[in-house]
Amino acid sequence: MRKNLTLSQMLPVVLPVLAGIALFALVPLVGSSFYVDLAVKIMVLGIFALSLELLVGQVGLVCLGHAAFFGLGAYVVALMSPQSEAASLWLVLPASLLAAGAYAAIVGALTLRTRGIYFIMATLAFAQMAYYVFHDTPVGKGSDGIYLYFKPSTAIFGWQPLDLEHRETFYYVVLACLVASFAALSLLLRSRFGRALAGIRVNEQRMRAAGFATYPYKLAAFVIAAMVAGLAGFLYALKDGFVNPEILSWHQSGAVLMMIILGGLGHLRGAVLGAVVFTLLQELYQSQAVFGSFAKHWQLMLGLTIIVAVAALPRGLMGLRERLRRTPAAPRPAAPAPVPAPAPAPEVHA
Amino acid sequence: MDLATFLIQCLNAVQYGLLLFLVASGLTLIFGIMGVINLAHGSFYMIGAYMAYALAPLVERSVGGGFFVTLLVGIPLAVLLGYVLEWLFFSYLYERDHLQQVLMTYGLILVFEELRSILLGDEVHGVAPPALLAGSIPLGDLMTYPVYRLFISAVCIAVAAGMYFVIARTRLGMRVRAGASNREMVQALGLNIRLLYRIVFAVGVALAALAGMIAAPVSSVYPGMGGQVLIICFVVVVIGGIGSVRGALLAALLVGFVDTFGKVFFPEAAGVLVYVLMAAILLWKPEGLFKAA
Repeated sequence: MRKNLTLSQMLPVVLPVLAGIALFALVPLVGSSFYVDLAVKIMVLGIFALSLELLVGQVGLVCLGHAAFFGLGAYVVALMSPQSEAASLWLVLPASLLAAGAYAAIVGALTLRTRGIYFIMATLAFAQMAYYVFHDTPVGKGSDGIYLYFKPSTAIFGWQPLDLEHRETFYYVVLACLVASFAALSLLLRSRFGRALAGIRVNEQRMRAAGFATYPYKLAAFVIAAMVAGLAGFLYALKDGFVNPEILSWHQSGAVLMMIILGGLGHLRGAVLGAVVFTLLQELYQSQAVFGSFAKHWQLMLGLTIIVAVAALPRGLMGLRERLRRTPAAPRPAAPAPVPAPAPAPEVHA
Repeated sequence: MDLATFLIQCLNAVQYGLLLFLVASGLTLIFGIMGVINLAHGSFYMIGAYMAYALAPLVERSVGGGFFVTLLVGIPLAVLLGYVLEWLFFSYLYERDHLQQVLMTYGLILVFEELRSILLGDEVHGVAPPALLAGSIPLGDLMTYPVYRLFISAVCIAVAAGMYFVIARTRLGMRVRAGASNREMVQALGLNIRLLYRIVFAVGVALAALAGMIAAPVSSVYPGMGGQVLIICFVVVVIGGIGSVRGALLAALLVGFVDTFGKVFFPEAAGVLVYVLMAAILLWKPEGLFKAA
């Protein structure tokens, strides 16, 4: 069934991805520590956005509580790390991912019984539940948050392959995580499982008629997405050395949703692009050098940007590129936007 | 817990639940009829509360009169705000998918919060209850209950009764019900659905703002108050069933009781209990207690 892509078809996809990796790899060589930190933040949010893209863009499940899994990943590493020494990476990383995955299994099992608006609101409400657990109960030291004094150690049997305390090592570890998440997700989407997810997005009824039990597929995607978000949260906690309940708040869920939509749904590349653009915009609006004292009200400009982006870029930046590419061609008849075929979509996004 | 304390907690639960109902009923109607998921609904509650705080001195200077005149001035302003917002923003969202509605209304929240911050600052402000209702009535031997809280419940009950009358007994209500169950058919029958949308939206905004205004003397006004109410109202709407005003009333009271008594018996876990309730109800009835026909 699958057509083999020729080199000329693959190049426009592969080249920007490689160029992006190369750009990120160059930052620590040329940029000051400010830009290195910013790039780490962008890459971590890129992983977070990728995980949500799997749900929203590929399966069509609009999850408005994704920050819960991000925050859970971050809190688990902070809670498991002792104050006076480094925890073992080989213990805390699996624990973070498992915690995020386990909570997603519970939330997904309940919320995937609902659809549409219900799903959006139910995921939001479950994320708030996690928020209040960390905000109100002594589990997570309340709204003060927890400091993480030492980054986990990678030592196995006395041999330490990587020192995460080292700024550049940590940078390249985060970059490797981003690339690995991207590669793993794009392989996943090309697999039989990924085709089934695309089928569910396009026409769930028909998938069920074709003999697929769609619920386990959706639940599996939900758990996988949560674990990738947990990885992002884990790295976020390491990056700042600090976690507080705000990283689970629904503003975080809204922001990551904004990233993938700004980038363009349906493309893994779009999610990372969205994370880059969104974080840079946020940084620009918060910059006192550009906006002076008005930078305090950066959310006003962010909000207006979101409204304009929704109105003007319904298909995100990736859609803009396609539109630009199409313009020089012969004038097309004023036809409505192409409706996706009701069969599982044949094209492969990466 | 003695009887008087129990009674007071019951009154508190009812008052909180009814207040939630005012906000949630607008939210559920906007979902049910217009198919729009409105994250900015909590902002209207916040705007209402800040109106109670900021309009009061203006009203006193220009018209004279206190809290009640402020209410009378505030409600038409809220209706106007809803009307204009529907025209400027929401009317573009009906054809879009939920995702874009979520985003645009999320953007609106940020804008409203920052405008509030620019215009009125980030401090917490108290609002004095009207002198007429400032007292409290004795309950049992030692306890008293503030009259103003009873007034809140009374206003909410009056509004709920009014809504029931309009929805169940009038031509407009018939159209609202028809719109909730089948939007396309209403349009096909030649009713002016745009006008209906605009009215429903404006009423929804006014209800949320009214809730904010009457809640202000009890809760005081503070930044971020809209987000808190919004999420709880989502829970109410999910439990009650989207589009069902009856469901919203029942669910709001349920949430009010669970939250109030949760705070009494399990103060640590109170924030979570409401969500546990929602999870249990979703397990039992994935479409809420009352599914709009």
